[in-house]
Amino acid sequence: MTLIKTTYNRRSFLKTTTLAGGGMLLGFSWLASCNPTPEEALAMPEEWFDINAFLKIGDNGIVTIMSPNPEFGQNVITSMPMIVAEELDVDWKNVVVEQAPFNSEKYTRQFTGGSQGIRRGWEGLRMAGASARQMLREAAAQAWQVPVEETSTEAGVVHHKASGRSLGYGEIASAAAQVPVPEEVQLKEVKDFRIVGTSRKNVRGREIVTGKPLFGVDYRREGMLFAMIAHPPAFGLKLKSVDDTAARAMPGIKDIFTIKTYKEGYEKGYFDTDAFPELVAVAGESTWQVMNAKKALNIEWEPIADSTETLNVFGNKQTVHIPAGRENTTDHIAEMEKMAAGPGEAPRRDGDPETAFQTAAKVIERTYSAPFLAHNCMEPMNFFAHVTEGKAELAGPTQAPEIMEQTLSARLGLPLEKIEIHLTRMGGGFGRRAYGHHMVEAALISQKVNAPVQLFYSREDDMTFGIYRPTYQITYRAALDADNNLIAFHVKGGGIPEHSVFPDRFPAGAVDNYLAEAWKIDSNITIGAFRAPRSNFTAGAEQSFLDEVAEIAGKDPIEFRLELLERAQNNPVGENNDYDPARYAGVLELVREKSGWGQEQPGVHRGLSAYFCHNTYVAQVLDLAIENGKPVVKRVCCAIDCGIVINPDAATNMAEGAIVDGIGNAFYGAMSFKDGVPEKTNFDTYRLIRMNEAPKQIDVHFVQNEIAPTGMGEPPFPPVFGALANALYKATGKRHYHQPFLGEQRMLG
Amino acid sequence: MRHAQILKNCSVIFFNSNIMANFTLNINGKKQQVDVDPNTPLLWVLRDHLNLVGTKYGCGIAACGACTIHLQGVAVRSCMLPVSQVGNQAVTTIEGLSENGGHPVQQAWLEHDVPQCGYCQAGQIMNAAAFLKANPSPSDEDIESAMSGNICRCGTYLRIKAAIKSAAAG
Repeated sequence: MTLIKTTYNRRSFLKTTTLAGGGMLLGFSWLASCNPTPEEALAMPEEWFDINAFLKIGDNGIVTIMSPNPEFGQNVITSMPMIVAEELDVDWKNVVVEQAPFNSEKYTRQFTGGSQGIRRGWEGLRMAGASARQMLREAAAQAWQVPVEETSTEAGVVHHKASGRSLGYGEIASAAAQVPVPEEVQLKEVKDFRIVGTSRKNVRGREIVTGKPLFGVDYRREGMLFAMIAHPPAFGLKLKSVDDTAARAMPGIKDIFTIKTYKEGYEKGYFDTDAFPELVAVAGESTWQVMNAKKALNIEWEPIADSTETLNVFGNKQTVHIPAGRENTTDHIAEMEKMAAGPGEAPRRDGDPETAFQTAAKVIERTYSAPFLAHNCMEPMNFFAHVTEGKAELAGPTQAPEIMEQTLSARLGLPLEKIEIHLTRMGGGFGRRAYGHHMVEAALISQKVNAPVQLFYSREDDMTFGIYRPTYQITYRAALDADNNLIAFHVKGGGIPEHSVFPDRFPAGAVDNYLAEAWKIDSNITIGAFRAPRSNFTAGAEQSFLDEVAEIAGKDPIEFRLELLERAQNNPVGENNDYDPARYAGVLELVREKSGWGQEQPGVHRGLSAYFCHNTYVAQVLDLAIENGKPVVKRVCCAIDCGIVINPDAATNMAEGAIVDGIGNAFYGAMSFKDGVPEKTNFDTYRLIRMNEAPKQIDVHFVQNEIAPTGMGEPPFPPVFGALANALYKATGKRHYHQPFLGEQRMLG
Repeated sequence: MRHAQILKNCSVIFFNSNIMANFTLNINGKKQQVDVDPNTPLLWVLRDHLNLVGTKYGCGIAACGACTIHLQGVAVRSCMLPVSQVGNQAVTTIEGLSENGGHPVQQAWLEHDVPQCGYCQAGQIMNAAAFLKANPSPSDEDIESAMSGNICRCGTYLRIKAAIKSAAAG
């Protein structure tokens, strides 16, 4: 057993035996209507005993486990409680899961992003289960008057083997709730896991397939009004004036007014990104009426002025320049070409890359690019707010309640404890819901109309509001000696308005002479985190480039990478290399074995890619055929090292989805601009991958080890861009350097 | 009702949103009365007026399938179906597809643990259920063709396809 110190403060372990029904922990009572079906329903206990913030035990042995993190499809609502249940040592069929309310005193890091939920939650979730189990054992030991060491647990029962006595958790829960929280607890050995590492169905599966109200847009409140906003039609414009005479007279319309999302002089935080801080709001009785009234508004817009703002990035202040003007994609491409030709910042340099390139036998240089992308969460941005005198209550889909609480507090002038945020299930997030301007908008609208309000974005509002994945360009150079050894590597990348260069990632550390450079161009088009930020472009570019270098060097693409990784393992260059070469090599070896590498079928063209980001290693082999002149992805074989896999089938689902998402964005994804206007506004023009375009088969394999788990939301996504590009090359003889690979050609300025 | 009858017989889209009219709808086997603008898409009548929120908005232009319901057993996009066009036709929403998720398609969805975020899945299930009724033994190509109007942003297409095959196999 592993003995670890518990690190919760006392408030995390508020114990109240007086609480019947557990009402205190459940701010989200409307979800009570989402119980399982009668035939599967568990008999609910008469009384619940709160053991700690993560769990309570009913007098009949049923356990409620709170899932702390916001859920957007990554299925932490199943996997996080699995970890608690494992250490609690309870039968999974006796577990009920609830979404924890946002509460920064009880829970830490209630944030969904960066694939960090499981990695950062792992220890705390284990402690929550293990300390409760310890308290149950101590309570039983006291009841039996035996030393606690003589007790053991199994599937919700405490045993005293010597005397043959046993007590169910439900029978002892009341006494356990009185036991002091242990200062240190024993954790299970990995080999003893009975829940973690086994596939468990999504605990919300039945509610989802029966259409129960789980999502932000499903939130309802007596007297609730529906609201929408009108924002400038182009980046570079702002509100000048509004004539709402016609709209105001329309049926069901309660009020029309302008709102300012931030106060004058407010220092924005990292997730306060917002190109359109002044908006026209329409509130009314129904969505359709509000939509129609919005169309009847007569709004004048005017150009923004050139400005700078100070951004507080978690304590580090940055000055951001926001240029005036209405930008065009064609200009962006020309500007990026110009910047790429000039000098960049150089965050890393090893050896003497300039000399190595001069003396090289061969130099290979390739440039890659990708457009802006919209997140396109299927559930558009929305939020419920009810702001009353001295209090704000919000409910909806957010990845970052803790951060947005600060923003709301500043805007509404309310202390943090007067702001309540309920977490609904999110209809997708992909990074977009870390940004919460719409939460503030909802609160301001509620405040003005003095009623509960649901703010709702139409698809067009959602797609044209900004916070896009940036557009990027990157140039790689490789130097080979006469024996085709990689002697120098140069990466120089930029973007609008950020670059995608990771100076310390592979192949840094594996090449004697190395240079990383970066540049960027200011823009008034807003950007935000998009599933595996920056990696989502860099991985595909880098892995395409390495494929081409391997080919020119006359090496097998897997062998070529393994040689470099061996160098990084045995004799690394530099000290800050951001990867473990052995684990990187491990996924390459696993994918080589599982894909049947080297045994290609006729007519099937294979592309390889491997990438490490967000603490997880992924390698993929993509098989592509040309059928009726079109590329068809026949199969993707994916090898992953994310340490211990909590819920294998759910992790497989994430990898499958990431691969489909990546192929879709690589083939079709693009947002373009003309005079500042986003040229795509809905799914008729913004092409998303559909079933007939998805791979026919995806096989996912995990490296088996006992390393503490890392995340799955992002890592399987970035490499597939490269695997696809490399397979396309094999199939067509043509290298694809510019995304999207199909549907559009890059127009050079 | 006379007004509603006139509207029902008329296929033009009404541009004047100031007219309100009373409609009696047949939804999930129940008669439901609403007093709304006749142009209101059925989607918003379900969600805003009848609190049947299982049917989802995704695009409003019948391009994503999230709002799929059954009209006389046929899969229809409710986001572009004016309430005035519904008449007495039987409307089935995800809430009415089965008692407690017992429909074979819903069961297959659970068996394959299809959903990620889950937002599109009601529309996927409604589309699949109507499709399987018309084509009980589909090929992979049939499934792809029938389901390509339904977007899943999370990319659960392989599981959706597998679940439909399971449901078809019974």
